[in-house]
Order: sequence, then structure tokens, then C-alpha cells
Amino acid sequence: MPDLVTELGIDVLFKGTNFLRLLGGLWSALSISLIAVAISIPLGIIMGVLMTSKSRIIKAILRVYLEIIRIMPQLVLLFLMFFGTTRAFGWDISGETASIIVFALWGTAEMGDLVRGALISIPKHQYESSEALGMTSAQTYLYIIIPQTVRRLIPLSINLITRMIKTTSLVLMIGVVEVLKVAQQIIEANRMTSPNVAFGIYLTVFVLYFLACWPISLLAKYLEKKWS
Amino acid sequence: MSDELLKIDNLVKSFDGNTILDGVSLSVKKSEVVVIIGPSGCGKSTLLRCINALEPIQSGSITLDGEVIERNSKTLPALRQRIGMVFQSYDLFPHLSVLDNIVLAPCKVQKRNRDEAKQEAMALLERVGLSEKAKSYPRELSGGQKQRVAIVRALCMHPEILLFDEVTAALDPEMVREVLDVMLDLAKQGRTMLIVTHEMQFARAIADRIIFLDNGKIVEEAKPDEFFDNPKTERAKQFLNMFEFDSVKARDGLDK
Repeated sequence: MPDLVTELGIDVLFKGTNFLRLLGGLWSALSISLIAVAISIPLGIIMGVLMTSKSRIIKAILRVYLEIIRIMPQLVLLFLMFFGTTRAFGWDISGETASIIVFALWGTAEMGDLVRGALISIPKHQYESSEALGMTSAQTYLYIIIPQTVRRLIPLSINLITRMIKTTSLVLMIGVVEVLKVAQQIIEANRMTSPNVAFGIYLTVFVLYFLACWPISLLAKYLEKKWS
Repeated sequence: MSDELLKIDNLVKSFDGNTILDGVSLSVKKSEVVVIIGPSGCGKSTLLRCINALEPIQSGSITLDGEVIERNSKTLPALRQRIGMVFQSYDLFPHLSVLDNIVLAPCKVQKRNRDEAKQEAMALLERVGLSEKAKSYPRELSGGQKQRVAIVRALCMHPEILLFDEVTAALDPEMVREVLDVMLDLAKQGRTMLIVTHEMQFARAIADRIIFLDNGKIVEEAKPDEFFDNPKTERAKQFLNMFEFDSVKARDGLDK
């Protein structure tokens, strides 16, 4: 067994602070996505509500915004925010800040579309039968519309969160030291002494991403089943 | 006429330039069962929806016991509590159990004691044969069961008048009966009801008065036996004929 561990380069994990460094990298990836999620959810709710508003101009502007964000690969957005703005506007923002901005822009757009979908999926009859029972507009929203919207929204937004966590692996391209970057550094440093280090370290990265996203994904499935 | 509960006076409703209700006047007395029939698109459902102020109206007035029912007025939620409405598509709240569907409005709107409301809901469910479904969710019920729950939900608010908007139109034929039986039972209890339906036999059995509506106008108004056996207007005759079929057995003779 110890041979296999060495063979696959897993032993490198236990050298020095390597494993702790990987966890630190995971944390910086998670914190970028979690901050972005925390910004995206309130902004996305506002955007979703505005997307169902009667004003055609507001709807058109938000639609264009959503489409642009969707069409652009996240990597292009990251480069544009990190390198592009430095040249064009002279902004000197850190890789982390640029990442958070890009992920928040993306998250807001996707979240807005989810909120819009959840709101328009509540049939008009739900409003009417609630009002016919003598409920005021506020009571209708509080007891009938919002609970149903949230039930539809939570599984979908959890999936969005796992997508955002996974996509943070791109931020190493703009110099943010996240888990994949740390993995590369460890592999570089140990290539000579243990040639198979890449396998062991990337396997660990896989397991770390899995452990971060799987419980979230399970929660989404559970809620979806419970509220179907 | 002090026993007039609901009074509709010269109601006009139009939508996108089409007149849907064209000067409808109608009154319903306490404990009276009035059935509105007519071809589809004649404005029957719209009339019921106007009574509950779910549709804006252009002119005329609707009063319940002398109080004007008006959209966007402050008294509307209070008036709506006194009018029970059951819709074609049941419209139960899917995220609440049967019992919570029923007691939500009594507790939140009328601020009644939850246990007392639950007791009443259970007694009403028992009466429509659904007490064992109290903890189920709407998605677990058949159409007929959902519609019976919707009726109980309306009843639990102690409405003075009940509006039924084609409540059996979306049901499979074998489920129509169980819902109609509940309504017949309500009529026996002396409830005031205004019913829109396509079930002619049922209309005849339950109605104190039939209103025949066509093109947004009341064309004929009569006692049920009189209306079904001797309709006075040509339009009503034509309409009733649609429910009759001429025998085609005569073709047997062709074989010979």
C-alpha cells in the first residue's frame, strides 16, 4: 500500500504544508464564489422582478445584458475585466476583485432570469383565488406567491451556485492563487522527486471540488423532491 | 325588497372594444339558487368575475346587501370575504396541505382561532367525504376531490353568497357527479348561490330561477321547468336544441 501511495504521488500531499496550501486554495476559490453569490442573489431578485415589469425599455435593456453575459465565455469576461480595464481606463484592480466583479455580473444575470421564470410560472389564477378569499394584495404575496416562487427558485439557484464554484477554476488565468494554481505549484516543485505527482495532486483537487459541490447538489435534489 | 342580497344594475363590461356584458341587471335573494346558462362566450363567467371584482367594469353597479363592490376600493377585501367563489380550475394552493388551504384565509384574514377553524374545516371535509385527505397535498387528489376541497375552502369563510364558475367543466365525466352532489346538498341547506354551468339536468334540478344569457344580454329569465319545457325565445330554443340528438336509427330501414 505505501508503495501505491508513492507511485501515484499522493505522498507529496503530506510533505510540508502542501495539503493545507491546497485547502487554502480551495478556500480562496470558494470565497470568491460565495461573495459573488451573496451579491448576485439580491441583485438577481431585483433584476428578475424588473424583467417582469411592464416597461418595455427596462425589459429590453435587461434582456440585452443577459444575452451578452450568456454569450461571452467567462474567461473572456475575466480577461476583459482584469487586463482590458487596465489598458483602457487605467484601473488597477486585483485578480480577486476582478473575479468577484465578473462572477457577480454573471450570477446576477442568471439569477435574474431564474427569478423571472419562477415569477411568471405562477398562474394568474393563484392571485385570483387568493384575492377571492378576501386576502389583500400584501397577504396574497406573503402567503401564496412568494412561498411558491421560493420553492421553485431554491433548487435552481443552488445549481447556479455549484456552477459558479466550479467555474472559479478559470480565475487562475488572471493570476489568482486558487486551488488549481496551488496544485500546479506543488506539482512543479515535486516533479523531480516524484514523477507521478500530477496524478495524485489533481486527484486531490477533484476530490476537494467534489466535496465542496456534492452536498450542495444533494440539497438541491432533496428540496426539489420535497417541493415538487 | 329588503331580502335582495345581491343586486346588479345595468352592468356594462367591455374589453378591447368588444362589449362582453351589455346592460345586465339581475338580483339574487337570500337562499335563492340562480343558474346562468348560455352559449360559450356569452359572458357568463365574466359576469361572475365582475361580481367578485376580478374584472374592471365600464358602467353600472354591483351591490352586496347595499354595499357597492368596486375594484381597488378599501372595502373590497372585506366584501370578498362575504362572497365565496369556486373556479373551473380549482386553484388550490399547491404548496399547502388540504387543511392549510382551507384554514389559511379564516386564520389570516378573519383572524380566527386556528384550532376552531381547523375543527370547522374537518367537519366540512367530513361532510364532502374527504376527511381522510386533510393532510394530503392538492397534487395527490383527483380533479373531483380538488373541486370539493375548493368548495369547502370557500365555505369555511362563512360567505353569504356562493359563486360557482363552471366548476365541473374541467372534470372527467365520472367525477362530475360527486361535485354536483355537494352543490345540491348546499342548496338544501338554504345557501344563496349563483351558478354558471353547462350541466342542463343539474341546472333544472338545483335552480330556483334560470337566467339565459346570450351576447352579453339576459335573453330569458324563468323558472326551470318553464324554461326547459317551454322556452319563450327563439334563441333559447336553439340553444336547448343543441343538447338534443335526433335519432339516426332510421338508417336501419336503408338496409332493406
